Amino acid sequence: MPGHKEPWYKRVYDWVERRVQLEGPVKDAVLHPVPRSTASWWYVFGSASLVLLILQVVTGILLALVYQPSAAHAWSSLELLNHELPLGWFLRAMHGWGSNFMVAVVLIHMAQVFLFGAYKFPRELTWIVGVFMLLMTLGMAFTGQVLRFDQDAYWGLGIGASIVGRVPWIGGQLVHLMLGGPMINGATLTRFFALHVFVIPGALLAFTGLHVWMVLKLGINEWPTPGRIVRRETYIEEYNKLAHTDGIPFVPGAVWKDLVFSAAILFAVACCAAVFGPYGPKGVPDPTIINTVPKPDFFFLWIYTVLSFLPPEMETPFILIAPVVAVSALIGLPFVAGIGEKSWWRRPVAVFAVMFIAVCWGVFTNLGTYTPWSPKMDAWSGAAVPVELLQGRTPLERQGANVFQEKQCRNCHQLGGLGGERGPALDAVATRLTEDQLYRQVLLGGGNMPAYGSALSPAETTALVRFLETLHPNYQPASQDASRRVVAQGATQTPVR
Amino acid sequence: MDEKIPQPGEPEQDRRPETESVTRRSFLMNVGIALNAAVALVIATPVVAYVLGPVLRRKEYLAWIAIGEVSDFPVGETKLITFTNPFSDPWDGATAKVPAYVRHAAPDEFTVFAINCAHLGCPVRWFSESQLFMCPCHGGVYYADGNRASGPPERGLFTYELKVQGGKLLIDAGQMPTLQNRASKRPCPSNATQAAQQLVSRIEACPDTKSHGTSASTIG
Repeated sequence: MPGHKEPWYKRVYDWVERRVQLEGPVKDAVLHPVPRSTASWWYVFGSASLVLLILQVVTGILLALVYQPSAAHAWSSLELLNHELPLGWFLRAMHGWGSNFMVAVVLIHMAQVFLFGAYKFPRELTWIVGVFMLLMTLGMAFTGQVLRFDQDAYWGLGIGASIVGRVPWIGGQLVHLMLGGPMINGATLTRFFALHVFVIPGALLAFTGLHVWMVLKLGINEWPTPGRIVRRETYIEEYNKLAHTDGIPFVPGAVWKDLVFSAAILFAVACCAAVFGPYGPKGVPDPTIINTVPKPDFFFLWIYTVLSFLPPEMETPFILIAPVVAVSALIGLPFVAGIGEKSWWRRPVAVFAVMFIAVCWGVFTNLGTYTPWSPKMDAWSGAAVPVELLQGRTPLERQGANVFQEKQCRNCHQLGGLGGERGPALDAVATRLTEDQLYRQVLLGGGNMPAYGSALSPAETTALVRFLETLHPNYQPASQDASRRVVAQGATQTPVR
Repeated sequence: MDEKIPQPGEPEQDRRPETESVTRRSFLMNVGIALNAAVALVIATPVVAYVLGPVLRRKEYLAWIAIGEVSDFPVGETKLITFTNPFSDPWDGATAKVPAYVRHAAPDEFTVFAINCAHLGCPVRWFSESQLFMCPCHGGVYYADGNRASGPPERGLFTYELKVQGGKLLIDAGQMPTLQNRASKRPCPSNATQAAQQLVSRIEACPDTKSHGTSASTIG
C-alpha cells in the first residue's frame, strides 16, 4: 500500500473514509453546479437561518445545564445565570438575541424566496416545508418566552389560555391540555419546557434536513429574469442548462458569501448580547403581584395590537379563523401560482402584498410598543394637572380638577400631553362639548367611556364639569347650546311683549 | 401529469421486483407489519391517555376554599385577597397562589370576582375612587358590580360561586376562568334582567350581575 509514506492524519482519514464512505456524497453536494446568478448576496439568508438555528441549539444546551424547569425555581435559576455564574448573562443574552435574529432572518429569507418566485415548480414542497419551519420558529419564540418564567411569561400564558378557550365546544378541554391542569403552574412550565427543548427543536431539525436536502436535489433557484416563464414541461431542462453550461460549483463559487454573511450575523448577535445584555427575567412570576403590565416579546407585539383593536363580537371569529386562513394561503400559494413569471418586475400583486404586510406589521408593532389603548394605571396620581390650567380658576373649578385626578379620569385622558390615551385628550374639550353634553358624558358614559353616575356625588359632578368647561385654550370660544340662547332670549322678550 | 422531474435512481429501478403472487416471505413480512401495528396500538392507547390526563381529570378541578371571615370584608368595600390553589404541587412555588376580589356590596351580599380579565386573562386592577376595574393589557374596564364598562371584553368579570358557613366565606374555585371554563361551574344566576342589560345581551353571554351600581350604560 502506498499509504505508508503518507502523514498519519491522512492515514486516519482514509481508515475512517473506507468505512463510512461519505466522501462521495459530500463532494457531490458541495461541488454541485449552481447557476452563476445565484452567487448573490440575496441568497445568504437561508444559510444564515441554519447557522442561527445551530447557535440556538448550542446556547440552549448550555443554558439547560443550569436552568430549572420548575415553577418554584425557574426564575431564581435565571437570576443565578444573570448574576452569579461567570458569563451566564452572556449565554442568556446570546440565546435571546439569537432568537430575535433568527425570527428576523427567517422572515427576510421567506420574503426573498417569495419575491424571487423560488416557491414555484418544482420547489413547491420546499416552500411548504419552509412554512412549517416558520411556524416552528415562532413556536420556539413563544415557548422560549414562557421558559423565561417571569410576570410577562405568566400572564402571557393567561392570554394564550384565554385565546385557546375561545375554540368552540372543546375550548375548555384545550385550555387544560395546554396548561397541564386547571391553572398556570408547575405543570404548565414543564410541558412548555418539553415543547421548547425536545418536541419543537426535534421537528425543526428534521424539517431543516428535509428542506436542505430538497434544495440540493432540486437546485438553488436561478435569478429571476422577466420573460423567462416557468413551465412544468421545460423548466428542469432549462435549469440544468443554466447550471451546467453557465454554472459554477457551489463551493467555493457561491458559498463564500454565505460564510461571510453568517459570520457577520453571528458577530452581530454577539455584539447585541454584549451591549444590550440578556432579556429579563422581569418580576417574579407571582400571580398575586397584580401591579404589572404584561407585554409579549417584540415579534408578537403586532398580535397584541390587533387583539385590542378588534370589536368584541368579531374577536373570537377573527382569532379562530385568521390563522387558519393565513397558513392555508401560505401552503396553497405554490399550487395557485406554481408556474409563470418569477420576476418581481412582472408580479406587482406579489410585491404589493409584501409591502402591505410589512407596513401593517410595522404599524401594529409600533403601536404595540406604547399601547395607546391601555389606561395608564398611575397617571391619576403621577401626572399633575398643568399649572396653566389651574390659574385664574374659581375654587369650584379647581376642586373639579381635583375630582378629575382623584376619579382616575387621567388614566384614560391626557392633559398637557400626559396621561392615558385610551380616550381623547381633554385640553380643549370645552370647545367640543357643551355643559349639558359634558354632564351627560360624565354621568352616562358612552362611546367606550364608562358611566360615572354611581361613582360621583352631585357636588363632585358639578365641580368636574365646571373645570372641564374652562378647557378652551387660545381664546377659542367654548361651545354653547344654541337652544339655550333661544330660550334665554324668549325669557327676556316675553315680558316686553 | 407530464412533469419532467428527475426519475428515481437507476439502481432502485433495476431492483424493482416484478409483480408476483404472495410468497411465503412477503406473507411473513406482512405478518410482521401487522404485529407491529397491533403493538403500536397497544402502546399508543396509554400514551394518548397519559397526554390527555389533564383533560380526562377535569371534573375534579373545583373545591370549596375558605377565603376569610365575613368580618374581614367591610360592607361597601372591594378587597383584593389571595387563596391557595387546592390542586397545587410543591414545585408550583408562587404560582400556587391565586388572587381574587371580594366585594361586600350590602350586608351579607358578597360577590367574588376572578382576577382575570374576561378578554384575555390579564390581571384587572381595582380603583376604589372611580369604582372601576381596569385591565392593563388591552384596556378592558368593568364597573364595581363586574359588568363590562368599556373596551374589548365581551362580558363582565368572571365570578366564583360562594357560600357563607360558620362565619367564613367560601368560594368554589380551582381553575383559571376562560370563556368556556367558568370560575365556577354553576349556571348563570337567573337575575331579574334589567332593560339596560338587554341592550348588551348580544355580547354578554352570562351577565354576572347582582344588580348594584350602574350597569351596561356604554350604549350611546
